[in-house]
Amino acid sequence: MSLTSRRALMLAPLGLAVAGGAGFYGMLRGIGTGSYDPRGVPSVLIGRTPPDFALPPLPDSGKSGFAAAELRDLPGPVLVNYWASWCVPCIIEHPQLMRLSREGVPIWGINYKDKPRDAGAFLARHGDPFARLAMDEPGRVAIDWGVYGVPETYFIDRQGIIRWRWAGPVTPEVLDGDIRPLLRRYA
Amino acid sequence: MIGELGHFALALAFVLALAQTVLPLWGAARRDGRMMAAAGPLAHGHLLACAAAFGALLYVFAVNDTSVVNVVQNSHSAKPMLYKLAGAWGNHEGSMVLWVLILALCGGAVAGFGRDLPTALKARVLGVLGLVAAGFLLFILVTSNPFGRVWPPPADGQGLNPVLQDPGLAFHPPLLYLGYVGFAVTFAFAVAALLEGRVDAAWGRWVRPWALAAWSFLTLGIALGSWWAYYELGWGGYWFWDPVENASLLPWLAGTALLHSAVVVEKREALKVWTVLLALLAFGFSLLGTFLVRSGVLNSVHAFANDPERGVFILGLLVFYIGGAFALFAWRGPAMAPTGMFSPLSREGGLVLNNLLLCSAAAVVLVGTLWPMFADLLFDQKISVGPPFFNTAILPLTVPLVLAMAAGPLLSWKRARLWPVLERLWWAALGAATALLLCLFLAGWRVGPALGFGAAIWLILGALADLADRIALFRRPAAAWSRAGGLPRAAWGAALAHAGLGVTLLGIAGMGLATDHLSAMRPGQSVALGGYQWRLDKVEDAIGPNWSARRATVTVLRDGATVTVLHPERRFFPVGRSTTTEAAIHTGLSGDLYAVLGEEQDGAAVLRLHHNLLAPWIWLGALIMALGGAISLTDRRIRVAAPASKRAAALAAKA
Amino acid sequence: MRRLILALLLLAGPAFAVGSPSEMLPDPAQEQRARAIGRELRCMVCQNESIEESQAGLARDLRLIVRERVAAGDSDQAVVAYVHDRYGDFVLLRPPFRLATAALWGAPFLALGAGLLAILLLRRRGAPSEPVPLSPEERARLAALEKDPTA
Repeated sequence: MSLTSRRALMLAPLGLAVAGGAGFYGMLRGIGTGSYDPRGVPSVLIGRTPPDFALPPLPDSGKSGFAAAELRDLPGPVLVNYWASWCVPCIIEHPQLMRLSREGVPIWGINYKDKPRDAGAFLARHGDPFARLAMDEPGRVAIDWGVYGVPETYFIDRQGIIRWRWAGPVTPEVLDGDIRPLLRRYA
Repeated sequence: MIGELGHFALALAFVLALAQTVLPLWGAARRDGRMMAAAGPLAHGHLLACAAAFGALLYVFAVNDTSVVNVVQNSHSAKPMLYKLAGAWGNHEGSMVLWVLILALCGGAVAGFGRDLPTALKARVLGVLGLVAAGFLLFILVTSNPFGRVWPPPADGQGLNPVLQDPGLAFHPPLLYLGYVGFAVTFAFAVAALLEGRVDAAWGRWVRPWALAAWSFLTLGIALGSWWAYYELGWGGYWFWDPVENASLLPWLAGTALLHSAVVVEKREALKVWTVLLALLAFGFSLLGTFLVRSGVLNSVHAFANDPERGVFILGLLVFYIGGAFALFAWRGPAMAPTGMFSPLSREGGLVLNNLLLCSAAAVVLVGTLWPMFADLLFDQKISVGPPFFNTAILPLTVPLVLAMAAGPLLSWKRARLWPVLERLWWAALGAATALLLCLFLAGWRVGPALGFGAAIWLILGALADLADRIALFRRPAAAWSRAGGLPRAAWGAALAHAGLGVTLLGIAGMGLATDHLSAMRPGQSVALGGYQWRLDKVEDAIGPNWSARRATVTVLRDGATVTVLHPERRFFPVGRSTTTEAAIHTGLSGDLYAVLGEEQDGAAVLRLHHNLLAPWIWLGALIMALGGAISLTDRRIRVAAPASKRAAALAAKA
Repeated sequence: MRRLILALLLLAGPAFAVGSPSEMLPDPAQEQRARAIGRELRCMVCQNESIEESQAGLARDLRLIVRERVAAGDSDQAVVAYVHDRYGDFVLLRPPFRLATAALWGAPFLALGAGLLAILLLRRRGAPSEPVPLSPEERARLAALEKDPTA
């Protein structure tokens, strides 16, 4: 083996280290800009219609429950929001949901693993942004949707196709940075 | 006041570390003896400053000084003193101070014990250690001040996570860091060798004790962490292939390879460039672990330091040290002519195989750990790489490694013949086959555990065969005893370490046959598991220093006779409002009896009972491995350097 | 080091519950199968834990689903596919083989192959089977070292 190929071989560790370092730098930058998130997991439902389900209404809410068929043919885009009264981040996102609801964006709520009385008290205290309100007490429909924690919010266009999913509270940044552009695009 | 002194000590340590870098390295380049001689005193001063800083940190935790942010976030006045002190290194900032203290200790040790090192080599080694220390001290000073103040001070701290309030975990980080940071010394030796452009047998002899010490500590640290998870997490798991665990396994694998290849350098002056690379890698992996754990790029660690700014700083250090060392390697390495030819079938050849397999295993662990992150970055795909992958991918590498492990030490240097080796191992092979078949026969068609038992017996008997061969037990039994006394300690250590891995494998294989039982029991009821009767006697309240608990009494009987009484607990910690389960474990030679208490409902308590066959052998094996390392460390060849000068001095005094 | 993960576990949900006997299948063989399947599935809200090990609520639900499917007579692959369809690749602790994971699964072979190749290349360069004799300088140095290692 010649000296030059020996040289090349001994450059390999440096090359690998530099490539790794560049990758790590990309990740760290991505964490800052939001393009790299070590925790977020994408939904498999993006670009697809919701799975089949039919959920009863939350008792005493005066709202109607809903089924998958009702999400297929809509007059305009809809947000589907999984929430629970015991979920702390749900309190954080509630003002944003209220704002959207006041602006006329339909939010269909699915109350997850909750007691109807607690859920009702939560809405009485923080306001009720939901156009329709179903209840998934066993949490099985949530699993069919691939929900892995509350709150989760899905954006469904007028054809009934899921375009976007947010796992975690809808903060003002998410509202302005993601939801408003989506509403404009799929209006 | 003490806090400010600690902060000042850190700044002083930084300045001294810089001086420890510049003066000796410059002196070595210019062959200036006075500048090189400054290395030792500077290393000692640097050590003193770091010790002062660490002492100040311990002090503010001991007195629960709530004007220090770090104490507020990680401590509480109601904690026992041991955990107050352990809390000092149970967080990012404090653990970094421990890290630099141990690094300074290593520098001090090189300065103190390395009196016989050539002046230039010693100066360069200390200079490189100073450079590493300076970077991390700067990191602490700029991004992670452990002595930051808060005003007004709150009435008390927020407490330490109760799961961490455990003696095993109190000593886990120091041992682990002794291992990680110990490899900084071999790294420094490697960089010094590259700077000098020379690696010889003597270099191999100087590096080996440091590699041995670091490896032994790392072995203990990893084992302690695994044991802690086993008894504290309460489901009997002991290794999870978690990224953070893998980060500690990587330097261990590279360090193990280094230990073996350094032998070849020492004995035969072969594999020199490769050994230098391994020394760089072992510390590189340690730094990589530090980066992964503290930067927030892993999704396993966002509870620790999720500050990208810190991440960028550590990445900068990583690139500087590792990239710099690899660049130096690429520049100076090719000039180091390979020497020491050997046939593929020889002790050297066996050690090359060992290195190949260990490094391949390290590569698999590295790729498996980093792949999810890089797949996300490059392909935008979220995947998980978990235990099923690692178990599947590591197995094909472990089988030949274990097979070769018993045969390697019996090969002769330079050129060996296979047949005499196999002749000496036939009874080990017979024992292994018997164990394998016996397990298949007794436990059913369970291939994994059967392979494990076979491998374990193969290694233990192989180590015995090695020793028997060296003392000529079968050829000249009469002289065996005296030959055993004359055997170098390194040989004893190696055999012991190999047998230790066998013992660990025995435990792992046994755990493959562990059984458990989950049921809701009322007092007086009993269940059968693993050949024992487990009877729940009562569940009652108990009170501890900073917790209250429900405590069950479980009597374990065998053939009507009481074997042990277990007291599993569910503890509630009012500070932090959290609950932990304390498993009750009875350890015996044949395995652990392990009980966990769950929820209570309608007078019945949920109990999970485990019969963990041979479980304690996993950690016993690690202890034996570390002991093997320690015995090797006392070998005459390694000690000879230090006493030699004393002997010379004594002779001179007599004359 | 595991404390980091632990801190997380505590955030993730009511960790350290012990499990409930009512979850288990009455048939031990089926329960054994369900456990083996569960160990392949990641608890989505935990860090690197399988649903068998985790006590998060979602993990419990998934454990129950796995047991339902097993009891209903699904094959192991069908049960894993059921969960995979809902949660995507991330839920599989054994990553599926595809283009983006080819190098991952190939890692043991790539590492071994690259190592062997490097060894062969370096050896071929010329293999005088006899060792090169020591030069006079080396011989002198060796003698000095043997007498006094401090030299």
